[in-house]
Parts: sequence; structure tokens; C-alpha cells
Amino acid sequence: MTESAPTRILPQAPPLVVIRDLSKVYERGRQRIEVLHHVNLDIPRGDFLALMGPSGSGKSTLLNLIAGLDLPTQGSLSVDGQRIDRLSATALARWRAANVGFVFQFYNLLPALSAQRNVELPLLLTRLSAARRRRHAAIALELVGLSDRAAHQPNELSGGQQQRVAIARAIVSDPQLLVCDEPTGDLDRHSAEEVLTLLQRLNREYGKTMIMVTHDPKAAEFSRRTLQLDKGTLVDG
Amino acid sequence: MKYLPLLIAALLRKKVRTLLTLLSVAAAFALFGMLDAVRVAFEAPRSVVGIDRLITSSRLSLIQPLPAAYRARIASLPGVRAVTFASWFGGIYQDPKNFFANFAVDPATYFDMYPELVLPPAQRLAFLKTRTGAVVGQTLADRFGWRVGDRIPLKATIFPNRDGSAVWTFALVGIFQAAAPELRASERQMLFHHDYFDEGRDLDQGTVGWYVERVTDPTQAARVAQAIDRQFANSAYETRTQSEREFQLAFAEQIGDIGLIVKAIMGAVFFTLVLLTGNTMAQSLRERIPELAVLKTIGFTNRAVLLLVLAEAVLLLWIGGLLGLVLARLSLPAIREATAGQIDLSMQTESWVLGLGLMTVIGIAVGLPPALKAMRMRIVDALAGR
Ligand SMILES: Nc1ncnc2c1ncn2[C@@H]1O[C@H](COP(=O)(O)OP(=O)(O)OP(=O)(O)O)[C@@H](O)[C@H]1O
Ligand SMILES: [Mg+2]
Repeated sequence: MTESAPTRILPQAPPLVVIRDLSKVYERGRQRIEVLHHVNLDIPRGDFLALMGPSGSGKSTLLNLIAGLDLPTQGSLSVDGQRIDRLSATALARWRAANVGFVFQFYNLLPALSAQRNVELPLLLTRLSAARRRRHAAIALELVGLSDRAAHQPNELSGGQQQRVAIARAIVSDPQLLVCDEPTGDLDRHSAEEVLTLLQRLNREYGKTMIMVTHDPKAAEFSRRTLQLDKGTLVDG
Repeated sequence: MKYLPLLIAALLRKKVRTLLTLLSVAAAFALFGMLDAVRVAFEAPRSVVGIDRLITSSRLSLIQPLPAAYRARIASLPGVRAVTFASWFGGIYQDPKNFFANFAVDPATYFDMYPELVLPPAQRLAFLKTRTGAVVGQTLADRFGWRVGDRIPLKATIFPNRDGSAVWTFALVGIFQAAAPELRASERQMLFHHDYFDEGRDLDQGTVGWYVERVTDPTQAARVAQAIDRQFANSAYETRTQSEREFQLAFAEQIGDIGLIVKAIMGAVFFTLVLLTGNTMAQSLRERIPELAVLKTIGFTNRAVLLLVLAEAVLLLWIGGLLGLVLARLSLPAIREATAGQIDLSMQTESWVLGLGLMTVIGIAVGLPPALKAMRMRIVDALAGR
């Protein structure tokens, strides 16, 4: 991870994420649920976008599509110039490993692995040597302020600390895009602010492009801009 | 290899459950190790050694002796290339529990008849020259710590010594070895001079227990056997001549059944093991769906997840299975001690290889259903708890 000067959004550069006419339909038996309707959205490099909206409006669905966890039913979706809606499952997995970091509401750490090993997980998919993996993980843990907890198991950490370990895991392979689905949804106010400040720092100091789904207007204040999703359609907020 | 911590972490997740599974796998493979040693031991005599040998004993029973004079008459029959003879002694060394075969043989011809018993030439000469001399197999010598030069007293059960005592003392002049590992059972016998024995006993003198013939042409063995028996038909000592092969085949049939029983037992054990372990694996997988979803999220391919779950099952089987085989290996000598050498089994390389193969196959069998499930699992569904 290279330390760089505070980045600004660069409107003249091509956007990192380009979404055109994107629809997602889930079929449950006979039932067809259209979760996203013809969404159009550009996300510039260096953006910190907060996605808000009522429960069931399709926030997670949109986030998962952008992160390459699922494929759209219709429309196009490119990230950094690559049409990820056209990738095979295996290619998509490789693409995720190289390009996206994930932060979930419930941290999703592996319970039997130490913080250090949890952070190292994404690096197992790279060609890095064991020593280098350890070093990179140590740097990431340092960055989230948990160097002294490297050997701890997840159940020995507070919720806020676990979420910071999860953030370290998300950034350890230095992806350009971070997606966070209600990262503070399970945290008290104080821990939530710590986590949000950290995310903000990653955006401002390290130029990570962030997309964060949240229910909390206070959390959204940490972002650069907020979009509202309602019944599968983007509305300006 | 770098995924090993991941596998171990998966197994350590529920320590008690993993331990119980390991124990049931170990128990199954300990049983396998012992039963397979039985199978190997029984299937061993399937060799071509002795294809040209006939055994002539009394028609009435094996205990009934035959006149020593038969030797020359048998030797003169066409198709008979060589004859030797032996008599059962049935002596006891120190304690009846120390049972081993011991009998009197003709030192001049016996080892020519049994080339698979290898006695160094110098020791063979010593055996020929020493009237009270005896030779034993390597296994037997090892068992009692005998060395050439030792004096070995045997207590007679059938033939008291002429001097009135029941004890016969022999000088150990040689130790023979089986020419091939599968013939090791023949190393558990003691042989001594027929002359010394015959002169020393005051019962059945001038008789021998049985004759062994080598035929010129193995394909004519049956005809030669009939010719021998015809020679002594209607005499006071009628004979029954069998090929060693026939003898072994009859034995092997018996063994076929044992092989079948062993296979049936192992089938039942492994069937239960597959059900049990399969169930545990399925349960463990259900609990770990969110974790596997995370692995997929951060970029593990479907195939990688499949292999990871499979490897976990195979690793579990290997650890438990090897533990079981080691247990079997350690308990076989204990069984030999407990049965005073009557049950002397050992685990052959064959069993280890077969065991490892079984572990792998069972590991894949129990790991495949959950592994396929994990592979097919959709990330978004798993993350949403669907
Ligand atoms: N795999 C699926 N199969 C069927 N329906 C689905 C699936 N995934 C999402 N849905 C439906 O799509 C709608 C949008 O879901 P989504 O998770 O995107 O909402 P959300 O905005 O993230 O809500 P929340 O704020 O509660 O997390 C919901 O009605 C949900 O039930
Ligand atoms: Mg959601």
C-alpha cells in the first residue's frame, strides 16, 4: 500500500464503475421479483458513496452486483473498463480477489484463525511467499491500529475490533474498490465512529473508492455523497 | 501446503466432534489392520513352492507310523526322484505354552527336499556330523534368544528317552531361514537327527512318521501318488499319498472362507464409518456455510472450495486411519504375547498400502457430497442466510 497525497475525485478521468440499464430479477418458483429496475450510475475513482434506502429496496443487491458476487439479469456493468457482467464464475472469482475488498455487517471472520491469519486469507490466492504474506498482513493490521491483537482469535476481540480486522483483510491485497454492507450495523456508536473514521481515511489518504450501504444517516455523513434507492430505483438524495 | 492452516482450523472448529470422529475412524482402521493381518497370513501359502512334492502318511491316521523299510521301495518306483522322511516328536520347551513344531528328520536328505529352507553349508555339515545336533528356524531362534552352540532341552510328550528321563537334550548347530518372506511360517520349527531319535526312544522303533517324495514330473504327480499307495495296498501299513499342493488347496479353501468373513466384517465396519463420518461432515458443512461464503467472496474459486472441503475429509480420515493402523501394529505383538505365540500376526506393507488407499477413498466418499454442496453454494444466498 503506497501512501499518497489526499486524493480528489477526478471528474475528467473515466469513472471506475459504470452501470447502464442494470436490472436484477430473482425468480422464486413461479414468482418473479424485480429487485433493480434499469439502474444507471457512474462512480468516479476516489469516490466514497453511501447507499441508503428502505429495507428491501435493493441496496445489498446493487452492492453485490458491483462487487462481482452476482450477475445482473440485464444491462451492463463495468469496473475499471472491464465488463464484469460477462465474466465466468471462475474469472469473476479471480477478478474479485484482485480488485475488491469486502466488509460485512457481521465481520465474517473465520473463528478458528487468529486475526493475523484472517487478514492473510486473501493473500493465499496470490503468489506471495509466507514471509511476505505475514508482512503484508502485519502492515494492514498496523493500519487499522490492531498490531497488538494479531495473535488474538476473533472471539477474543470486541465487535469494533473484529470489524477493523475485517477491514484489514479487505485492504491487504490493495484493491482499488472497497464495498461495505452496513459495516456499522452491529456496532455501538463509539465503535461505529472509529470504523467510519477508518473507512474515511482509507478513502482520503489511500485513494480507495468506497461504496457503503447504510441505514444510518450519521454514518452516511462520513461519505462524499449519498444516493437513495427506493424499490429498485435510484433517486437523488 | 499453505492451505493447511485453513484445513486444521476447520477441523479444530469443533474440537470434541472432531476428536470423536477421529476415534471412530481410528477404531475402524485398528480393526482393519488386525483383520487384514489375518487375511494376509492366511493367503500367504499361495506359492508354487512344493509343486513337485508328495507326502505319504498312514492311511489310518497321521499319528500311525510307517515302516522304515518303505523308503527303499518308494525310491525304486518310476517317477520318484528323491525320498526323505520325518517323525513327529511333540517335545515341549520349558512350558506347554511355548508350543512349536519339532520333529526328527533325515539330515542327509531333508534340506535337499526343502530348498526353500536355507541353511548355511558349514552349519549343514555340522548338522550332518552331530548326532545330537538340531537346527531351528530364524524366527524360533529369535523368539527364545537361541544361539548356535546352545543346548536345548525338550520334554517328551510321546517318546520318553531310553535312559528313563523325559528330557531330550539337543545341541543347536544351525539356524535356517526361509528363502522368501511369505514362507516365514516355516521358520518356526526345530529339526533333529532321526537316528538319534530312533535309538533313544523305546516305542515305535524302526518306523517313520511320514515320507516326502519329489516327483520327476509335477504333471504326473497324481499318477505317482497312486502308484505309491498301490504298492502298499493290502499290507499291514496302508498309505495315503497327497500332493503338497492338494494339501495347500484344501487349506486355501478354508482360507477363502476366512477371507470372505474378513471382507464382510470390514464391509460392515466401513459402511457404518461412511454413514457416521458422512453425517458429521454434512453437519459441519452446514455450520460453516457463512465462512465458506466468505472464502468465495474474497476470491476462492468454486473448485478451490470443493478441493478444500474434500481435503479436509481426506485429512480427517488419514489422521484417524493412521492412528488406527499404528494401534493395530502395536497391539499385534501384545496379542502374540497373550497367546504365547499361537497367534503370531504382523502387519505387512500390503496392509498399510491398502489401508491408506481405503482412507483416501472413504475420505473422498464422505467429503464429496458436502464439497459439491459447498461448490454450488451461491455467495449472495449464503451471505443473506438463505
Ligand atoms: N437470492 C434472492 N432470491 C430471492 N429474493 C431475493 C434474493 N436476494 C434478494 N432478494 C429480494 O430482493 C429484495 C432486495 O433485497 P436486498 O437484500 O437487496 O435489500 P436491502 O435493500 O439490502 O435490504 P436491507 O436493508 O434489509 O438489507 C428483497 O425483497 C429480497 O427479499
Ligand atoms: Mg441489505
